[in-house]
Amino acid sequence: MKRLAFSLAFAALAFLAGAPGASAMQIERIVSPSGIKAWLVREHAVPLVTLNYAFHGGTSQDAADKAGTANLAADLLDEGAGDLDSKTYHERLGRHAIELNFRVGRDYLRGSLRTLDEHRDEAFDLLGLALSKPRFDIDAVERVRGQVLASLKREITDPRDLASRRWWHTAFPDHPYGRERRGSLETLPRVAVDDLRDYARRVFARDGLTVSIVGDVNAETAGKLIDRAFAALPAHGDLKPVAQASPAGLGRRIVINLDVPQAVVAFGGQGIARSDPDFMAAYVVNHILGGGSMTSRLYREVREKRGLAYGVSDNLVWFRRAAVVIGGTATRADRTGDALKIIEHEIRRMAEQGPTPEELAAAKSYLKGAYALTLDTSGKIAAQLTEMQLDNLGVDYVQRRTGMIDGVSIADAKRVAKRLYGGGLLVTVAGRPKGLTSGPIRD
Amino acid sequence: MLRRSFAVLTAVVLAATWLTAARAETGGPRIADFMLANGLELVVIPDHRAPVVTHMIWYKVGAADEVPGKSGLAHFLEHLMFKGTAKHPAGEFSTVVARMGGQENAFTTNDYTAYFQRVPSAQLKTVMAFEADRMTGLVLTDAVVLPERQVILEERNQRIGNSPRAQLSVQMDAALYLNSPYHKPVIGWRHEMEHLSRDDAIAFYKRYYGPNNAVVVIGGDVTPEHALALAKETYGKVKRRTDLPPRHWPTEPQPVAARTLTLADARVELPTVQRAYLVPSFATAKQRGESQALDLLAYILGGGNNSRLYQDLVVDRKLAVASGAWYDSASLGMTKLGLYGAPRPGVTLAQLEHGIDAVIARLIDKGVTAEELDRAKTRLIADAVYAQDSQTSMARWYGTALMTGATVNDVEHWPDRIRAVTAEQVQDAARHWLDKRRSVTGYLVKDKSPQAEKRS
Repeated sequence: MKRLAFSLAFAALAFLAGAPGASAMQIERIVSPSGIKAWLVREHAVPLVTLNYAFHGGTSQDAADKAGTANLAADLLDEGAGDLDSKTYHERLGRHAIELNFRVGRDYLRGSLRTLDEHRDEAFDLLGLALSKPRFDIDAVERVRGQVLASLKREITDPRDLASRRWWHTAFPDHPYGRERRGSLETLPRVAVDDLRDYARRVFARDGLTVSIVGDVNAETAGKLIDRAFAALPAHGDLKPVAQASPAGLGRRIVINLDVPQAVVAFGGQGIARSDPDFMAAYVVNHILGGGSMTSRLYREVREKRGLAYGVSDNLVWFRRAAVVIGGTATRADRTGDALKIIEHEIRRMAEQGPTPEELAAAKSYLKGAYALTLDTSGKIAAQLTEMQLDNLGVDYVQRRTGMIDGVSIADAKRVAKRLYGGGLLVTVAGRPKGLTSGPIRD
Repeated sequence: MLRRSFAVLTAVVLAATWLTAARAETGGPRIADFMLANGLELVVIPDHRAPVVTHMIWYKVGAADEVPGKSGLAHFLEHLMFKGTAKHPAGEFSTVVARMGGQENAFTTNDYTAYFQRVPSAQLKTVMAFEADRMTGLVLTDAVVLPERQVILEERNQRIGNSPRAQLSVQMDAALYLNSPYHKPVIGWRHEMEHLSRDDAIAFYKRYYGPNNAVVVIGGDVTPEHALALAKETYGKVKRRTDLPPRHWPTEPQPVAARTLTLADARVELPTVQRAYLVPSFATAKQRGESQALDLLAYILGGGNNSRLYQDLVVDRKLAVASGAWYDSASLGMTKLGLYGAPRPGVTLAQLEHGIDAVIARLIDKGVTAEELDRAKTRLIADAVYAQDSQTSMARWYGTALMTGATVNDVEHWPDRIRAVTAEQVQDAARHWLDKRRSVTGYLVKDKSPQAEKRS
């Protein structure tokens, strides 16, 4: 949900290359012997290999009455494959400290692998087995399902989960984007082993695959490793289409009654597509309003000046079929109304007046400099390469990014601020906020 | 294999003592350790892959140094350190860091308080200068102190008030530590936090903040020689503190009673059982290898899917949906080895606790297998290699070690020490330290009383 970390980062080979004393990050586009395309960054300093990849088809592939299918399938990928049962598979990973991670989002199943150089063949073989021959043994399915149900149950009374879930559910009713990715206490028990197999068959295919690899490997070795992991997959997947959607419920406030000392707030509205020509301007403007540094307007007004919350921020979030801007805070019950008023006021002020030229300059400076920090580990680099590919930014985006940020004029910023924040907010609150009730938001 | 070798560096500016320079043979970085004339220690962990640095300053003061009645003060001061100095008004440092595209933050524990910035390497000197300035130049007014006190109270609500699980952990610490200052939460007791004042913060600051009570750790794109030169131009100008108070904390008596707590809250949907044993840290271990044996014991007992607790309670006997163990060696005083479990529906906490006890009893009785020990060692040693991929992980690892009684040399040799641990040592550690009289067991349950149901 939070994509701030990588969205700050769309690259800048130019920046890296231009920095004194630093080695330039070179992205190579490679093709494996079996024909799988990938991006490679060679990294010699640390004796490990990092792989990052994504398959099209995340939780948006779940049937509404079986929400949680994709997540359960992902959680089961390291629970036995091919001839190896769960215990044996985990022992094989553990013996060589091989790390595999799988995580399902709305549009994609993302995965990563990390291994010491000396065990890389074994690591990529084990991943290949997990993706092409997952077992979904009933014992493992029930064990992992029980774990997911336990975490869902625990969150029933967590104000943060309640506020966030109600926000998404209200913004995207009857759309897979509105559902909790792990499903619910009602839907998860309905998922059968056949549903998991069906998900794997439809999603784990080479035509929906994006691959990035970072390590002390050349193109030839990288290609061979990639084939160990992915060559056995079928050429074509079978994905269900996902409908375009816009957030609903704007202008509404929903209060969820819960006896906690601190009310948790989620707020947000219509966002902006990654491919929109105004995206970068929106990115800069949102950074000024509520981006993740200690200098945003929301941070200053809510925390610094008034001490109403420990944290407050908002982010642009984009999917393949929708985009939102969403933020949050947590504040004591008797001042929740005050905090919300300030947030709403700042959002309106940004929509009406836009940022000042000084704020714009400071934000540009931040966003340009912050890029390098998102590329200082192999794991981060590999993850960025995948996101750049998924967002169709192009391998030369790294050179273009700085120029795109510099190109945002104050007129652009004002126009886009109005577009981004002028459409009204959906607000959800979980707690006992004094004087706040559900209903329309009034000025 | 990791082995230390002294790297010979020339053209080092003198007047600083070169403490150590070591390099891991697996290709790890050459780590430099200096002492400035004013007593400030500087550790440099070069990593030239990206043009950025992680600059951290670690002060040897934490919540354990607070006087009774002032709980939360060390952490409150950490927040107030962002409120400006005589030279740089409130917000200037943060604005400058943001202009660079940098990140900054800080954290407080019982033993130490640390501040960091992650910035382009060309900006290293700027952040060092700001950090050196606020080492002694902090200026506080009620106009900034009072709203910030609200912020820490909201932070407490967010971390503890809104989470029954966190409340149970706080209660367990209070029960486990009978005499050590670790018995209170780092963030403080609410009723005491509400009265922390500007004067409290300034007095604490003046007592503990100074170059000879700090270690600067820099990871990233800088050479040791350059970092040292910058440190001398910035931190080197700050006067040594001559009146640093000693850190003699009350220590724990021999524990004699197993303790059990129950926290009931209407919000609890998933009951859990937790246990903490009072065990030696790296710093308080009396025998060589004891702390590493506990590292391995905790991993074999409860680290991931291959662990005893998981395999026995979750996979085989199906008593739990989750179970595991952890150990925190980085502590100046006696520390904790923790266990936890969440029962499957239909299993009681008492049944699960009984299952956990049986797993421990078997390990004490029969010891660990060669394969288990091997796998655990491989994992822990690999973590040390994986850490090299992140300048921030490395800086945090070294900083934490130096704040909790270890040296650069100890960190370098930690994999060797892990390798040297025998199966007998792990079994001995279990037998000696996993004695229930040394422990607190916490039950987290749903409060089903009529008042509770009405409240929720």
